[in-house]
Amino acid sequence: MADALTISGLDCYYGEVQVLRGLDLSLCEGEVLCLLGRNGAGKTTTLKAIMGLMRARAGSIRLGDTELTRLPAHEVPKAGIAYVPQGRRLFAEMTVAENIEIGLNARNKGGSVRERVLDLFPRLRERLKQRSGTLSGGEQQMLAMARALCLEPKVLLLDEPTEGLMPSMITKIRETVAGLSAMGVSTILVEQRVDAVLPVANRVAFIENGRNRETVSVEALRADPSAVNRYVGVG
Amino acid sequence: MAFGPHLLLATLEGLVSAAVLSLTALGLSLVFGVMRIVNVAHGEFFMLGAVLAWAIASTLGGHPALGFFAALVLSPLIVGAIAWASERLVLSRLNYDPEATIVATIGLLYIIQQLALTFYGPEARPVAPPFSYRLSLPWFGYSAYKLSVVAAAIVLLLSVWLVLTRTKIGLVMRATQYDRETAQAFAIPVERVYAGVFALGAMLAAIAAVLIVPISQAHYLMGQDPLLLSFIVVIIGGLGSLRGTLVAALLIGLSDGIVSMFFSPTLAKMIATLLVAMVLVFRPQGLFGATQR
Repeated sequence: MADALTISGLDCYYGEVQVLRGLDLSLCEGEVLCLLGRNGAGKTTTLKAIMGLMRARAGSIRLGDTELTRLPAHEVPKAGIAYVPQGRRLFAEMTVAENIEIGLNARNKGGSVRERVLDLFPRLRERLKQRSGTLSGGEQQMLAMARALCLEPKVLLLDEPTEGLMPSMITKIRETVAGLSAMGVSTILVEQRVDAVLPVANRVAFIENGRNRETVSVEALRADPSAVNRYVGVG
Repeated sequence: MAFGPHLLLATLEGLVSAAVLSLTALGLSLVFGVMRIVNVAHGEFFMLGAVLAWAIASTLGGHPALGFFAALVLSPLIVGAIAWASERLVLSRLNYDPEATIVATIGLLYIIQQLALTFYGPEARPVAPPFSYRLSLPWFGYSAYKLSVVAAAIVLLLSVWLVLTRTKIGLVMRATQYDRETAQAFAIPVERVYAGVFALGAMLAAIAAVLIVPISQAHYLMGQDPLLLSFIVVIIGGLGSLRGTLVAALLIGLSDGIVSMFFSPTLAKMIATLLVAMVLVFRPQGLFGATQR
């Protein structure tokens, strides 16, 4: 299958500390690719580098024919990439409706997209006028997803979307990701726990010390889970 | 004069200073709120507004109203352009580092002040008010122009509030204020927003200055008091809070007017400073400021 997003030889630094060391990664069209790894392995940094929020010192990130590392950060979402950051990062003092409007404005989407996104998360429709900071954790996560889906992205980046949520909400998020994948959206999913990943991912990339050590299919991982112990440790 | 009319006069004077102060402080508060920059040169944009108003009005000549309204439009635009250029050329190159921008805006303060001294000179010069009608109250006459300054400030404050809460531009500004990084992830050109906000803040100060210059004259050192009072207002009201800025400007402006008239201007400044100290001790985020994330 064709690649939706290709990363090759990516180097990223926090100040003088190198976080990504020649990271390679390819995301196929319509797949859910999961990044697994310990804390500080470089998973979140990879997502930020794709969004242009971290500058790459070397390497390339290509979305189709577009070289993303050359774009300023605010042009990256316009190319069709949406980001659900870790900890949701909602505009907490704004209402649900305003958060969604910011998502819609990013790629000038209109009312029909808004309706579709709200149909996906009916609970948000009831709370449009509420300040988003006062939503429950699960509802906040839904809003963060809804805001990102307002871009009608080709590629969706999810950073620990199930962190701290109750099981019913985790199921809802998982179903949404699977549904998007069926619609042809490619997703990169960052997770800490392998059991949160297996039901939804197609492939798993193990990130360690800023490198992609190994990318394996979920079937292969089910058959031989030893890689999980090797890269994620006691899990 | 009896006490009642005297108090009325002091209140009117206080309202005028509150009106001008709230516009100036709002500019400072917007810049700090959105960009996290302490703009020490804010008072100089105020001064520049007044000096340019004199330059425009005296160049045009003719009826005072013509010169004044031309100044009211042109002077803020020129000041906004200067602020926009200094943001692009200086502040953005410092990556908006909090300490570096303080030093840079101090530098900007001296540059603007000395340029004004060089080209405008040390004199204080008035701009004629657009109309000189006096309202005759039973106890004293009062300049209708001063009341129109209050009205103009109210209209401007309302429009800023409407822009911030009801328009796309306002939404973009608030998103940038809350979370710069996430705003970028939603295609908001943060750099352009910063340049625009910095220009807008300076323009608000310039408008305030054009409004006040028929009352108090243009002078190259006139930016110092508004800067100090704006900081006081912004600290009391809570940084980045529009409502807080407004309430604090009313509080400081009115108390300044009333205390100055009945006692002395020095006492008025002392009370304002004491208020700041109290607020910083008991409510560091300001009266209306939200606690920082």
